[in-house]
Amino acid sequence: MANIYRIFKKEVGGYMNSASAYVFLIVFLALGATLFFTQGGFFLNRQASMGGFFVFVPWLFLFFVPAIAMRIWAEEKKAGTEELLMTMPVRDYEVVMGKYLAALLLLVVALLLTFPLPLTVRHFADPKTPVDWGPVAGGYTASILFGAMVLAIGTWSSSLTRNQIIAFILGCAITFVTIVLGFPAVYEVLPFGQFLASLSPWTRYVSMYSGAISLADVVYYLSAVALFLYLNIRTVESRKWM
Amino acid sequence: MIEVDNITKSYGTTRALTGASFRISKGEIVGFLGPNGAGKSTTMKILTCYIPADSGRATVAGHDVFTDSLEVRRRIGYLPENTPLYMEMLVVDFLRFVGGMRGLKGARLKKRVGDVIGLTGLEGAVGKYIGELSKGYRQRVGLAQALIHEPDILVLDEPTSGLDPNQIKDIRDLIREIGREKTVILSTHILPEVTATCDRAIIISDGRVVASGTPQELTSRGRGEQHVTASVRGPRPDVEAKLRKLAGVQEVSVLDVQDGVVRLELRGAKGDGLSERVYEAVSSNQWGLVELRRERATLEQVFTDLTT
Ligand SMILES: Nc1ncnc2c1ncn2[C@@H]1O[C@H](COP(=O)(O)OP(=O)(O)OP(=O)(O)O)[C@@H](O)[C@H]1O
Ligand SMILES: [Mg+2]
Repeated sequence: MANIYRIFKKEVGGYMNSASAYVFLIVFLALGATLFFTQGGFFLNRQASMGGFFVFVPWLFLFFVPAIAMRIWAEEKKAGTEELLMTMPVRDYEVVMGKYLAALLLLVVALLLTFPLPLTVRHFADPKTPVDWGPVAGGYTASILFGAMVLAIGTWSSSLTRNQIIAFILGCAITFVTIVLGFPAVYEVLPFGQFLASLSPWTRYVSMYSGAISLADVVYYLSAVALFLYLNIRTVESRKWM
Repeated sequence: MIEVDNITKSYGTTRALTGASFRISKGEIVGFLGPNGAGKSTTMKILTCYIPADSGRATVAGHDVFTDSLEVRRRIGYLPENTPLYMEMLVVDFLRFVGGMRGLKGARLKKRVGDVIGLTGLEGAVGKYIGELSKGYRQRVGLAQALIHEPDILVLDEPTSGLDPNQIKDIRDLIREIGREKTVILSTHILPEVTATCDRAIIISDGRVVASGTPQELTSRGRGEQHVTASVRGPRPDVEAKLRKLAGVQEVSVLDVQDGVVRLELRGAKGDGLSERVYEAVSSNQWGLVELRRERATLEQVFTDLTT
């Protein structure tokens, strides 16, 4: 536990010291707000809802999250610091967890910083139909869970290579495949389509940000995170049997 | 302290270690010598539990490096080859991080960070980012992090590579100082470094240990033949002919003649006494003996003989 916290602290310090983390936050917020106000139908019909924001979150995360995650392991491999780190008395899973949780914090901060958006919504909302906070809470829960899953995919991708660009592309590709498996146009033409669709985070995300949070969906996301973190640990270990 | 039995390791199809065995006792300073690609770094990576051997057994302080790796890692301070460090961290933050990972906390951590900064001469660099430091100073940071938890065993992969002569001397002095209490393994390509800092050298070639011993033992093992140079004041043809007839002499070559002094090189069969016989011949012929020296094989010669 203590080691997870030490790794976490070091990684968070790294984010606070690196320009790329701030660039990430700013671009994410700017793009999110732009999409929300221009594409989400906000000014068009003055709908007092955040739906127009959350519908874009998966597509933003598809690129942003692998971009945060790509350096997590690849950079250590390239610089050789992995050897320094892994010859300290620390268990592989502790390093994996510490690094993952630090990146997750960055993601959560990014989402929290979008909170002015629902406040704007409330400001413009028709007083007779006040904002329904249920879907807003659902939307944030859905975004965090979805982001956590993509982050686990991205960190694992990063542990597979010493090249950050490859890690990024791999992370995007895996995430993209899992998303589109939830599209009827895709799963209806595939064998075992219904089964594959059930593996996709997409429909779960959509129902969740509409305000219907089900335990099964939460369990699904947490299992997906656990799966990719497990793969990550195995990949870090793989230097021992490859 | 360290026992390595017949370890092998391949990277894909490259055989890096082909059955290396050696023992290192507590308190020894041991130098790994060997040409590029001999397997020095690989051996160190196995001892420090970064990668396991394919076969064979290695134990550190009685703990198996594979099955008991956390115990082994706690006891070792390691400076990997090329000194990988977190370039974007401040020196002091980095040392605190490593100290924390090594189980130090609170006042003890603070004290040890201060100690290793003093020990490695990093006072002027503590507030800088590691990426801003010169190579020599990075090397010091690498040593400082290896020392922070006062490990019983230090493993240093080319600790002086890329340093200027003053820094090399500082680091060697430091290693000798540390080595009074601790077991140190270092690898190097600089042969005099072994003579200067190590109690013992282990020569590795093609993934195996080909020789091991103190620098003196290794050099006297040499080729075994006798090798003498002499400068004699006397008539050149006479001197040359008489010395050639001495018992055991196989080869005589005149290096130069200057102001009536003949400088010769004599090689003889294994054994002793060649220089005494040269002395007797010179004095019985009433020549002058300007210089007489018995040459030892250098570590370079031994190294070249064993590794090519
Ligand atoms: N990660 C790796 N992948 C593939 N081959 C490797 C790897 N690391 C080392 N080797 C190979 O293993 C052999 C031994 O390498 P090692 O680094 O142990 O040698 P070394 O004695 O430390 O050499 P040097 O003096 O150049 O540092 C070499 O043939 C090298 O090419
Ligand atoms: Mg090496």
